[in-house]
Amino acid sequence: MNFDFSDDQKFLRDEARKFLEAQCTSAHVRAVLDDDSKSHNEGVWKQIIEMGWLGAAIPEEYGGLGLGMLELCVIAEELGRVLAPVPFGSSAYFFAEALKLVGSEEQKLALLPKVADGSIVGCIAVSEGPGEIKAGNIATQLKGGSIAGKKIPVTDGDIATHAVVLVKDGSGASLVIVDLTQDGVSRKPIKTLEPTRSHAAISFDGAAAELLGEAGNGMALLDQINDRAAVLIAFEQLGGASRCLEMANAYAKERVAFGRAIGGNQAIKHKLADMYVKNEIARSNAYYGAWALSSNAAELPEAAAAARVAASEAFWFASKENIQIHGGMGFTWEVDCHLFYRRAKLLSVQVGSPAVWKEKLVSALEAKND
Amino acid sequence: MDFNDTPEEAKFRAEAQAFLSQHLKAKTPGALRSGGREDFLARAKVWQKIKAEGGFAQITWPKEMGGRGGTVMQQVIWGQEEAKFDAPTGPFAIGLGMCVPTVIAFGSDEHKKKYVHKALKGEEVWCQLFSEPAAGSDVAGLKTKAVKDGDDWVINGQKVWTSGAHYSDYGILLVRTEPNVPKHKGLTMFIVDMKQQGVDVRPIHQASGGSEFNEVYFTDVRIPDADRLGEPGMGWKVALVTLMNERLAVGGSPGPDWKEIMDYARSSGTMTDQAFREKLADWYVAAQGYKLTKFRTQTALSRGETPGPENAIGKIINANHLQDICNSAIEMQDHFGLIVDKDEAPSDAIFQESFLWAPGLRIAGGTDEILKNIIAERVLGLPQDVRVDKDKTFAEMN
Repeated sequence: MNFDFSDDQKFLRDEARKFLEAQCTSAHVRAVLDDDSKSHNEGVWKQIIEMGWLGAAIPEEYGGLGLGMLELCVIAEELGRVLAPVPFGSSAYFFAEALKLVGSEEQKLALLPKVADGSIVGCIAVSEGPGEIKAGNIATQLKGGSIAGKKIPVTDGDIATHAVVLVKDGSGASLVIVDLTQDGVSRKPIKTLEPTRSHAAISFDGAAAELLGEAGNGMALLDQINDRAAVLIAFEQLGGASRCLEMANAYAKERVAFGRAIGGNQAIKHKLADMYVKNEIARSNAYYGAWALSSNAAELPEAAAAARVAASEAFWFASKENIQIHGGMGFTWEVDCHLFYRRAKLLSVQVGSPAVWKEKLVSALEAKND
Repeated sequence: MDFNDTPEEAKFRAEAQAFLSQHLKAKTPGALRSGGREDFLARAKVWQKIKAEGGFAQITWPKEMGGRGGTVMQQVIWGQEEAKFDAPTGPFAIGLGMCVPTVIAFGSDEHKKKYVHKALKGEEVWCQLFSEPAAGSDVAGLKTKAVKDGDDWVINGQKVWTSGAHYSDYGILLVRTEPNVPKHKGLTMFIVDMKQQGVDVRPIHQASGGSEFNEVYFTDVRIPDADRLGEPGMGWKVALVTLMNERLAVGGSPGPDWKEIMDYARSSGTMTDQAFREKLADWYVAAQGYKLTKFRTQTALSRGETPGPENAIGKIINANHLQDICNSAIEMQDHFGLIVDKDEAPSDAIFQESFLWAPGLRIAGGTDEILKNIIAERVLGLPQDVRVDKDKTFAEMN
């Protein structure tokens, strides 16, 4: 039994944590939060690029470090802990993984090295309106090599240079790669619940688009991309949930009311114990997702779904109860609790809401037990 | 990251599997609980003897005590493999897991010679006598008293929730020997012969309808001072050793889980209910999460590390989910869900039966609330609860 990260991976985690705790502090996150003109923290982003993390799971022949998915999971957890205000996930979890999974050799050679060295930033553009995306409700359309329509919201859509876009293609759906810097693409920043990660509405009006993967198979390909991204996002969620527990635990020990630390009261202790249990369940499910991802296991769909459901629940619970334990202080702009509450919501809906993933999970269990 | 055994672990697992398949039948799918208590005890004694002779009883005990001198990881592997077979192990879990290790730790050479090997071979069964009607979660508040009389101690009082007392030969008994000190400091541990005069074992009629536990009354029971474990007044420290020896939980869920309710929902055409599907996903995630948490524990053990408090997590999750799952299954069956008659009720009434059991599982072996306190205090380092009796003597508080 070896259901844990290796010593090398733990070393990477320790190094990443040291770096991020020093270089991506609350002040760095707040520099983006408090300035509407900033889409991300450029200083932090530059250093992350320099360390090569974007290419951690990109093979060396495509310009990456060629480490592996487990290493990317380790990095994701650390980025989640500090609420890194950078477009890392959009570029590394979605765009690069989509290319690795279904890109042609030319596409991989052309784009992956640039993702790895940060010269391009990728994202994924799926949502068009409220509710779950389904094949039948996509309006953005592919015709003769160009697309027209509007995607909203697109996470990191205002700073990305390229996007994987889900489009209607004849009677089916396809995925295309679009250069967002071309004429025919217009972008408008969108205010969201989570201002430390930028969002845009992107309008396409005859923008040149290149097919990614098989035409007409877009929904199935998107499912596969989402399974991979869900595991990586689960690690970010886990990192955030762990920080919430640490913050709430520290505060409960230091805050005095009625003559003693509030953490001595069972109402608070049991809340913290509940957080701990949810976080551990999320961690175990995330590790299983990491294993499935790194070994291309047939179990990936249910492993990813379980990782996502558990991590979404853990981060939601930890982020809201962290505010509660902080009391009035927790409801101030100055205390970081609300930053985690905001990030928890972004990460739980970004790749499909928990309800969508619960349904995926149950469908997978049904198929498996036929 | 993988789920494979190391070569040494694989070798041990193969040995265990060979031994088990030589002596036992594989578990029948769907059989959740072995029935027939009397027959169960006889079968358990036979199986315990076979294990002891084969070198698979108490794998972590030293060889001179009749154990295998093996690792905790081997114990875990053995537990996993034994659970795949129809192995009657229940009656020895507490005795060999908790009581006899306490005798080994605190008993005299005569005690070890007299008791350890017989217990290991299944010839004598042990029970643990700690809980009392007024001392459950706060067991150190117990009232059963022992008064010194010559070379003996005279015991009077009542114990409760004693598993297996009705078929046990011996017990370890925690009593109050000094009321004029704070409660933890006035306790003493003894070995007690359960078959002697003055020990009255009465079955408890449980809320579930069955009688698996007992009350034990002690009336002027004499225990020689030689059968004391540890110094007078040291009983709490001895008891902590007993409780620390609680076996690593290696078993599965204590009743129907997500798979059983999914099977029922599919067979009854209720799988289309969206609210049910969401709950099913939650149950799966929790059950899977607990299973995988145990894999993380085993990884730590395999690397020679000390595991954390995941047993507490498991118990909180499993007992609550069992209760929830059974409740949902019964509601899915609507009015028909009331029926407990196995000939009429779906799935042999396992949901109804476990529905009645589940409240007990949330209490036995540490209530949900005590387990959360343990996580909060020992893992998260939060302050202890207020203890108003802390600096008062037992006598002052009672």
